[in-house]
Amino acid sequence: MFPILVLLTLVEVGSGLVLNRFEAQLLRYPTLLALVPVMIGTAGNLGSILAARLSTAFHLGTLSFDIRDDTLTGNALATIALSVSIFPIVGIGAWSLTALTGMTRLELWRVVIIALLAGVCLAVLATCVTVITTYLAYQLELDPDDVVLPAVTNICDVLGVIVLFLVVQILV
Amino acid sequence: MLDIIATDVTVRDAAREAYREAIPALLASLIGGLLAGVVLGGMRSELRAVPGLLVLVPALLATRGNVYGSLGARISTGLHQGLIEPRLRGVDTRLTAAATAALMNGLAASVFAAIAVFLILTILETSVASVLILIAIALLAGLLSGGVLIITVITAVIIGYRRGYNPDALVGPLVTTTGDVFGMLFLLAAVRLVSAVGGVS
Repeated sequence: MFPILVLLTLVEVGSGLVLNRFEAQLLRYPTLLALVPVMIGTAGNLGSILAARLSTAFHLGTLSFDIRDDTLTGNALATIALSVSIFPIVGIGAWSLTALTGMTRLELWRVVIIALLAGVCLAVLATCVTVITTYLAYQLELDPDDVVLPAVTNICDVLGVIVLFLVVQILV
Repeated sequence: MLDIIATDVTVRDAAREAYREAIPALLASLIGGLLAGVVLGGMRSELRAVPGLLVLVPALLATRGNVYGSLGARISTGLHQGLIEPRLRGVDTRLTAAATAALMNGLAASVFAAIAVFLILTILETSVASVLILIAIALLAGLLSGGVLIITVITAVIIGYRRGYNPDALVGPLVTTTGDVFGMLFLLAAVRLVSAVGGVS
């Protein structure tokens, strides 16, 4: 347990360093700061839900790693559809709650577009990461339940911060 | 042609089922994440006062998920296998042992994160608070949120199991939601306490 935990912690420190790169922007716009936990959390959850479903399908023997596989394609499509429906709510929620505490410097539409654009990019990345890690676990004969979930959530945390950073550079 | 249509229908069914089952968990953790975000947004003066704190935030939040998520999964497996008794009064010794081990892992990972952040920022020649202050914040926040998470996870998993829910489906969203909220709240509390004692801000 502990060596894996150390590795995962280092991965997360990496995402902290990315946050530090745009600390000035985050401190200037509290809405962006409010977006950080929910963006990375939702990305991680999308990945871990997909991972859990693929892992169950894999244990039941109903999964094959083929683009024509219905379970795989269906779940991947659902992940993208979920991101399109969830991330606008993330944007509206972050903006409204920050507005309630009285510190919004960004317009609502801008925050929603940031959340949606970053969210959909993240969902695509999370799907790729999940399918690849599940496939690797399968190749290495590891139980996907043990390996894939922590790997996916932590990789998605880092990707979440990086994607948010890139989108903020374009849109703010 | 027929074959293509048939495939399309099953893909759509698989997608629809996956979508429906994921929405409740996602919405629950969305609320947790938003609340955590508001706390983080209100922490700007602390983030300015303790350089390096922002770098530490993802590691501390993820540790909660990694450690207590796996504790929840363990308890859930133990319940399924009949190794752990589903009772809350006079808690099972196996349960106490697993919870203590999780807390120790969580604290160790938090301290490790604090030291790693200090070393990396020092090497990068970026301004960073003293290593003792970062360690104190990480330890205190880890202890407080760990205690609350252990109680929440054990209670929810055992009550859920007794009422006939599959604890496996309960643990993930529960830990991410409570972990985010309590993780941030106790981080804020820890920063204020350490700052007051250490006289940082």
